[in-house]
Amino acid sequence: MLLLLLGIIVLHVAVLVLLFVSTIVSQWLIVNGRTADLWQNCSTLGVQSSFQCVTSSTNEWLQSVQAMMILSIIFSVLSLFLFFCQLFTLTKGGRFYITGIFQILAGLCVMSGAAIFTVRHTDWQPDTSDTSFGFAYILAWVAFPLAVVSGVIYVILRKRE
Amino acid sequence: MGSQGTSGSGSLVLVAALFSALVLAPTWAIHVYTHREVHGTVGDQVTLACSFWSSEWISDDISITWLFQPESGKDTISIFHFVKGQPYVDEVGAFKNRMEWVGDPHRKDGSIIIRNLDYTDNGTFTCDVKNPPDIGGKSSQVTLYVFEKVPTRYGVVLGAVIGGVLGLVILVVVIGYLIRYCWLRRQATLQRQLSAMEKGKLQRSAKDSSKRGRQPPVLYAMLDHSRSTKSASEKKSKGGLGESRKDKK
Repeated sequence: MLLLLLGIIVLHVAVLVLLFVSTIVSQWLIVNGRTADLWQNCSTLGVQSSFQCVTSSTNEWLQSVQAMMILSIIFSVLSLFLFFCQLFTLTKGGRFYITGIFQILAGLCVMSGAAIFTVRHTDWQPDTSDTSFGFAYILAWVAFPLAVVSGVIYVILRKRE
Repeated sequence: MGSQGTSGSGSLVLVAALFSALVLAPTWAIHVYTHREVHGTVGDQVTLACSFWSSEWISDDISITWLFQPESGKDTISIFHFVKGQPYVDEVGAFKNRMEWVGDPHRKDGSIIIRNLDYTDNGTFTCDVKNPPDIGGKSSQVTLYVFEKVPTRYGVVLGAVIGGVLGLVILVVVIGYLIRYCWLRRQATLQRQLSAMEKGKLQRSAKDSSKRGRQPPVLYAMLDHSRSTKSASEKKSKGGLGESRKDKK
């Protein structure tokens, strides 16, 4: 039981870390040396390799991606908080419904954010042949199934003692 | 006692000083307020808002001036002047027939409207107000940006989405709790009614237990509160039936 509990918490924290990293790190898109993320476009200029960043555009879709990522972090943190609350208040045999619902919501938010980014990134980044998605984008997609799985585990899980 | 008196007089002095600072010796300056930036679309119109605050009574000699410095040039040209209750609009320059005075000095408002915007209108507009004898103070500047299509301000969609979703979630949670609360209250009142009914029955049954051999199983069925309200109401009607039967006897 304790091992299961520990495993769930580790999974939840892993999801949170993935969400934070993918939201913050500037590696959503890589266009020949320039990197772009939800917040800024960075590039290495010249031989002295001075790193320069400018804020990204105010495109509506980009803003909704940002909003979705922030919402998923909020929901996931809230879910972790509620899990600890429910751990001490739930009666024996109860299920962690609320915790699970919020975690699944976080997963859905990440999914919609990443999906919007996939479809709409050409609106604010001119589409060139050497555009590739960076690791932060992949982490966001990895975070989605993990969040949903941990949410489903919360819903299935019954409190033992 | 003495210390109290001195502290009282001290606070009095303080209040007097504050009063004189705030009322008797006001700051002799005029304050002009405008937006910092205004965005407009080509061909559309834009309102350049300008409000001011003066320590003096608004006199008839008040004058309001709008100056314009185009983005590309260094010269500042006067485009609007309001004096002696009469607005004077620039009739030769770039803003010919495109400007309208919508302010009212008595409401401390010196706004103008510029119609049919063009890219050449990009630049800095300065609102300057003089209310003699109150002529000190700074003028205020607003920068006009003319776009083909006004871009969404940063954070508007972001805030709307986050606020909307969070509000929705909070609403759902509140509604859920309300429903649960109502449900629990209803259950509690139902239980109280049932237990009261049961008590009365028990007393009666104790009374006429000598006459009647055994109680029907209706009573035991009523003890089960965990059913839905539908079955509970059914039981209630059953109980009523039982009672009426007993009353007949």
